[in-house]
Amino acid sequence: MLFEIVNILLLVLTVSSCILAVVTKDLLVAAIALAAMSLLLSLEFYVLQAPDVAIAEAGVGACLSTAIMIIAIKRTKRMEEE
Amino acid sequence: MSQMSKIVRTLSNIAFPFIMIFGFYVIAHGHLTPGGGFQGGAVVASGCIMLLVAYGSTWVFEKIKVSRLSVFESLGALGFIGVAFFGLLFGGWFFNNFLVRNGILFNIVPKTGSTAAEFNTAGVLPLMNFAVGVKVIAGLFVIVLVMAYASSLKEWKQ
Repeated sequence: MLFEIVNILLLVLTVSSCILAVVTKDLLVAAIALAAMSLLLSLEFYVLQAPDVAIAEAGVGACLSTAIMIIAIKRTKRMEEE
Repeated sequence: MSQMSKIVRTLSNIAFPFIMIFGFYVIAHGHLTPGGGFQGGAVVASGCIMLLVAYGSTWVFEKIKVSRLSVFESLGALGFIGVAFFGLLFGGWFFNNFLVRNGILFNIVPKTGSTAAEFNTAGVLPLMNFAVGVKVIAGLFVIVLVMAYASSLKEWKQ
């Protein structure tokens, strides 16, 4: 029972952070939301008994791609235009 | 890229050694626990990139050169394939586990069943994990370093 509750909660949070990354106009918020999505996805991998993939996802998805996106946002504009 | 505020720098100073030790633990225990060369290398590279974001790219470019990281990446690949060719030299076939049962290092074969995790096992697999770890640390760090260097240039050719 606890397994299903944690699983459904993690999936709902993952999808909602994805929707936040698409909807928002602030690109920095979108990058942080993608990092949170990656972290929740790594927790989901850990719940589904794949700790190997979870460590790789947390390292690459939550840190490296976020750093690349933040460096690119610093060079260009932060707010999205209409 | 300029450096960030003092709060960010102090917190990254505190978190940096723990991230490093966890990453090297994941690399060194790759044959016993989940993880290995790629995962531990990604964790260590994440710690280095945290310093890059906190202290700014100009501070890092004074310390580290891209050509030196390229040398480390090639060294990792050569170490991996060199250990594999040592297996061909000592045992007779490619990727032969020549260290197990007859060496000083990593020579123990564990008993079957549930035993305590013995670090000194698995033959050449820890050496290959170290080689992959060095390659992944240098490769993933140089990607973000080149990205920061390209964004720190003043003039762009359109």
